[in-house]
Amino acid sequence: MKTLTDNWSIYWNGFLGTLSLFAVSAVLSLVLGVLIASFRVSPVKPLRIFGTGWVTLLRNTPLTLLFFIVVLGLPRFDITLPFFTFAVLALGCYTSAFVCEAMRSGVNTVPSGQGEAARSLGMTFGQTMGLVVLPQAYRSVVAPIGSVMIALAKNTAIAGSFSVTELLGTYRTINELGYSIVWTFVWIAVGYLIITLAISAVFNLLERRVAVSR
Amino acid sequence: MTVQSSALYDIPGPRAIARHRLYGVIALLVILALIGWIVYMLFHTHQFTYRKWMAFEYQGVQELLLRGLGNTLKAFGWTVLFALPFGALFAAGRLSDHRVVRRLSTLVVEFFRAMPLLVMIFFIFVALKVQPLWALVAGLVLYNGSVLAEVFRAGVLAVPKGQREAAFALGMRKTQVMTYVLVPQANRAMLPAIISQLVVALKDTSLGFLITYEEFLHAGKLIATNLDYDLPFIPVVMVIAPVYIGMCLLLSWLAHLVERRGRRRPSMRGGPPVARAEVAMGLPPSVQQ
Repeated sequence: MKTLTDNWSIYWNGFLGTLSLFAVSAVLSLVLGVLIASFRVSPVKPLRIFGTGWVTLLRNTPLTLLFFIVVLGLPRFDITLPFFTFAVLALGCYTSAFVCEAMRSGVNTVPSGQGEAARSLGMTFGQTMGLVVLPQAYRSVVAPIGSVMIALAKNTAIAGSFSVTELLGTYRTINELGYSIVWTFVWIAVGYLIITLAISAVFNLLERRVAVSR
Repeated sequence: MTVQSSALYDIPGPRAIARHRLYGVIALLVILALIGWIVYMLFHTHQFTYRKWMAFEYQGVQELLLRGLGNTLKAFGWTVLFALPFGALFAAGRLSDHRVVRRLSTLVVEFFRAMPLLVMIFFIFVALKVQPLWALVAGLVLYNGSVLAEVFRAGVLAVPKGQREAAFALGMRKTQVMTYVLVPQANRAMLPAIISQLVVALKDTSLGFLITYEEFLHAGKLIATNLDYDLPFIPVVMVIAPVYIGMCLLLSWLAHLVERRGRRRPSMRGGPPVARAEVAMGLPPSVQQ
């Protein structure tokens, strides 16, 4: 307990760092993911190829390598940004590929009869998607997006090794102050558990709210 | 593409086709501009000079890279070797009839799935003072083993209930039901998910870089930060990234292949427990051929 109370401000800073890293990357990945998903189903071929390439490439790149490229590689192009922005870029782009796949398979779970019925009622493309297909897809998308977001929260730990203030990185400072290393890690673990459990609680709630027995 | 995907669109008329073609040209130009900018930046910052690439001519550097790749594959091999039994053990534990075993296995699996992998690796490396290789492998086994346990459990539960009941009705014991009836049927359906998880494990071996395990990325970093070769960072990335992505793509492709083979069997009534991920809806009829 002493390890926590004595180093409260260090832990709190790290916790806030992880939280803000997660929040900004989550927004970026959701926006990018939806955009890429719409590219992948659009009737324009170059966009489809771009979307497929983006997803295939990013899903098969180790996140550490991506961090390595973004944090150490972009400065070679004379692009210098704060480390936080670099970390958000790497995390957001990486996660967007997974968000995109979740969205796409969500739309695919809606029975095709629904779309056909909407078309035969004379609905336009916008109405078909907005009123019939997407509301139903939303239900089956919530759970997978939730697990993608939890994975993102856990992946933020990597940013600590690339000079970003976050929870895991606090162990160095506290270790130097001579506190018990095991307890240091116990409190770091508790911090991560709080974040991941909170995310899964939010998504469980969302899921329960949109769930309809079919 | 299947026929059903046409439901969302009307078949485009000549005007819509022309419009789509216009969008296509614009998108193509934007993408080409992006690629062009990257290539320009590569040349502009002198990434293709001989000095930046000469490092790869030395045998020492080549051996360094190969040794790094070997270490990456070694960590991956050990992980696979331990994670699969770990997963099987805890899946069996979660499906056990005894409540204590079930609760305990659930606790272990849920905990290791909720912890960031890197926190576990650092804990094992820093607090328990384990060698980098074994810290990495232990972390990967705990995490991927737990995920695999869930995959195995889901696979066994997805076998139609009648199979299990029939086996019990024949007088089999529960171990026999599991090994002769449920696991062989679940196995085929689970294989793609298992291989996909192995791709994740392969990707995560690169975390060893952060605890100074001398794997592929670490070797790359050593070369990239060498002043003698004029800090050849981009060339190193151009060598390393394709190898990593290629290895992962190969495994992903294998998973895809196995999944397709599994789906082809008409004898699989229950269907695979994993959702079929194919593009069906929302594509225009023009790409259906």
